[in-house]
Amino acid sequence: MNFSIIRYILCRVLEFAALFMALPCVVGLIYKEKSAFSFMGVIAGCLLVGLIGKRYKPKSRVFYAKEGFVTVSLSWIILSLVGACPFYFSGEFPSYMDALFETVSGFTTTGGTILTDVEGLSRCIQLWRCFTHWIGGMGVLVLILAILPLSGSHNMHLMRAESSGPSVTKLVPKVRNTAKILYGIYIALTMINMIILMIAGMAPYDAVTLSFSTMGTGGFGLLNSSVGSYSVPIQRILMVFMLLGGVNFQLYYLLLIRRAKDVFHNEELRVYLGIILVASLLIAWNIKDLFGNGGESIHHAMFQVISIITTTGYSTLDYSNWPEFSKSILFLLTLLGACAGGTGGGFKVSRLIVMVRSAKNEISAAIHPRSVRRIHMNGQVVSESIIKSIWVYVMIYVLLFLGSFVLLSLNGFDFVTNITAVATTINNVGPGFGMVGPAGNYAEFSVFSKLVLMFNMLAGRLELLPVLVLFSPRTWKG
Amino acid sequence: MQIIIVGGGNVGATLAERLSQEKHNISVIDTRNEVLSRICDNVDVMGIVGNGASYAVQKEAGIEEADLLIAVTNSDELNMLCCLIARKAGGCQTIARVRNPVYSREISFIKEELGLSMVINPEDEAAMEIARVLKFPSALEIDTFAKGRVELVKYQIEGASALCGQSLKAISAKMKCDVLVSTVERGEEVFIPDGNFVLREKDEISIMGSTKNIVLFFKKLEVPTTRANNVFIVGGGETAYYLSKHLLSIGVDVKIVEKNKQRCNELCELLPEAMIICGDGTDRDLLLEEGLPQAESFVALTNFDEENILLSLFARSISKAKLITRIHRIAFDEIIEELNLGSVVYPKYITAESIIKYVRGMQNSIGSNIETLYQLHNDRVEALEFIVRQKSPVVDIPLQELHLKPNLLLCCINHRGQIITPGGQSRLKVGDTVVIVTTVKGLDDISDILKD
Repeated sequence: MNFSIIRYILCRVLEFAALFMALPCVVGLIYKEKSAFSFMGVIAGCLLVGLIGKRYKPKSRVFYAKEGFVTVSLSWIILSLVGACPFYFSGEFPSYMDALFETVSGFTTTGGTILTDVEGLSRCIQLWRCFTHWIGGMGVLVLILAILPLSGSHNMHLMRAESSGPSVTKLVPKVRNTAKILYGIYIALTMINMIILMIAGMAPYDAVTLSFSTMGTGGFGLLNSSVGSYSVPIQRILMVFMLLGGVNFQLYYLLLIRRAKDVFHNEELRVYLGIILVASLLIAWNIKDLFGNGGESIHHAMFQVISIITTTGYSTLDYSNWPEFSKSILFLLTLLGACAGGTGGGFKVSRLIVMVRSAKNEISAAIHPRSVRRIHMNGQVVSESIIKSIWVYVMIYVLLFLGSFVLLSLNGFDFVTNITAVATTINNVGPGFGMVGPAGNYAEFSVFSKLVLMFNMLAGRLELLPVLVLFSPRTWKG
Repeated sequence: MQIIIVGGGNVGATLAERLSQEKHNISVIDTRNEVLSRICDNVDVMGIVGNGASYAVQKEAGIEEADLLIAVTNSDELNMLCCLIARKAGGCQTIARVRNPVYSREISFIKEELGLSMVINPEDEAAMEIARVLKFPSALEIDTFAKGRVELVKYQIEGASALCGQSLKAISAKMKCDVLVSTVERGEEVFIPDGNFVLREKDEISIMGSTKNIVLFFKKLEVPTTRANNVFIVGGGETAYYLSKHLLSIGVDVKIVEKNKQRCNELCELLPEAMIICGDGTDRDLLLEEGLPQAESFVALTNFDEENILLSLFARSISKAKLITRIHRIAFDEIIEELNLGSVVYPKYITAESIIKYVRGMQNSIGSNIETLYQLHNDRVEALEFIVRQKSPVVDIPLQELHLKPNLLLCCINHRGQIITPGGQSRLKVGDTVVIVTTVKGLDDISDILKD
């Protein structure tokens, strides 16, 4: 293990953390809030450690897959630990553990909160909550790769460890340019979202904050009612941008280079949109009696479906009193998640497609034992190693799920609360059912349970492997 | 620049690595997925699975924006087809590797008709390099500049040599010959020495000078300077053919051991003057019977690197022959160097060098200023020959007034065919060519020798 380069990259991560916090700090100063000073202190600390650490260049530039995994997981942990400091020093959070939970929930774009009253927060703290979603959505190391000429040729390992989906591909030959393109698209979409929200009548501060949260498919809002108090047009705008955030960003690049045909033929996108459509219609039909007209039920059904499948977690109303059928569908969508390569979390539609096809092949093999079959996706054969990695992923996913579920039940809460809390954190969604439903929060959980849930959120965002590699003793045995 | 490489074998992988170090955007096309994933893990390039001669695959690799396509698959025909399609599809420049002697003979026709910018034949180039060393067996490696007028000779200092323990200043005062020690490799380190540098036993030094002066220098050192009279080659591939053809033409006796009967017949038809032995080159008795102990030089050219190394070690133990070993694939350069095999020839590096030279030339807006490029000492030092053109900021200024980059040495000026070892008062004139040895990578114009 090459510790010197890991240390070096972590110091650069601290510098970036300071850079990120400058935004809420400036906003706090503009609104003359005293929480701005807690940001200032943390920024100074980060810069000090980062700049000193940067002076000692790494001894060796050796960088392999395991260094990539360890660097990415450690970066996220350090980012969360540091990011929680302003929350804690501002005095607006009950304890450091709660501040940390909020930060991890932010960076992993989960959006589950321990706060009972969001509206009482100062503006800079609110902005930082939502900004963590935006940073975590595309990933901080991808940003570092785009800006710094880091460790030369091996930075694909970093990109692969942080990006989502079963196989990570580059858009252009260089990792650095790929990262630049991804962030360019991300920033452009966020700006468009802000402008449209402002045109729809939202105040600039609210528009900026909510765009960060929406494009990162996070779920922190500015109001206790999530987005339920906004007008219907604004809710529709948010719907569209959540949907866009959940799409593979590679497709936007294909649109830019005028290969629209490939975008329309992308199977993951088609299945993703198909699932949204079918699920919305089923729920709309199921809840039609709760609303006066069909249009309203379709609006609410669709908003909830998109919010859950993109793992955002906004809600227009408290859907925990919807019929069981609708809740079951929403729970399934919680488990599914959005497209690979987007800002959404979860299991990913592409994995589902491959698994369904692989199951189909097995059935066909039982009928025709000598048939030779490969799995195709987007016109290309999916390699055996990817299929294997997906099944292993499912296996680890289930084990982590069940383990956390058992640990969480120590709290003595009801079954639904426990199981949806685990599902919603591993998949970075936010709201579940029961106590953690759209109107609830995580405040009542014990410190131990919060630790378990934080681990789930990180493991879910980084797609299990990096975090497990970090905590595997073999990694450290040299 | 946008560069597409077709074929991810040894040469393809080496090229991808070297060219991406030079900050180009590289896409590699290969039909083998696992080969690509290995390259993409180690080098910052994009891999595309598919047949490189397919228009769709080339399009996916971005042929429309590409500046250059390099085809280095195993098949000559496929390479040429890739280049032809690329030329039609994207209008980019193309480089093909063509190894078959049948095509080499008509290469200028092929090049013209297919619109190839460059054709490389690693087998032929490796053979030429081996031939150069055989002409002067005391050297480990010989590179030539200024159309053969200037040579860079790599030589390992023996224990009893008069160079041991002497500073370079003292040596040049004593020898009175117009040559320059341009690099010294000692253990792991490579130095670009100044006058006070003291040489030691086992140092590998590179000496630059005109051919005549170099011969004079070695004569004064009492190092044998005559060429080998006979050569014992194991392995009868294309390199052996090119090498034998060249050596026979200058009157060297050639003996080739080749296993495959059919290939022996072919060689026999192509090289009537050579002695072709059909037998297993790794058979100890056969080698003894065919007179390996009396051979003056021994060249291991089998297709297996391990076999070549073992054969050279064996030849070293039973003969005084000059050893030349070809290494195709394995990447343990440091270990191979420690084995003291004498001269080692790496065809993949030879190919990479000539392509990098071409690419750096392409980058230059005025046209290529690089005449020659060699990468020495495991790629840590570059020796480049530049043409000085008009407008260059280095023209007509005494060298001592130029602020040169550190670790950079001006070794030789070729002024209208006259070879000058430069001093502080020398000036560069328009039309001169200059040889520079440096550890600074990526120079593509003579003005790059100045500090930024």
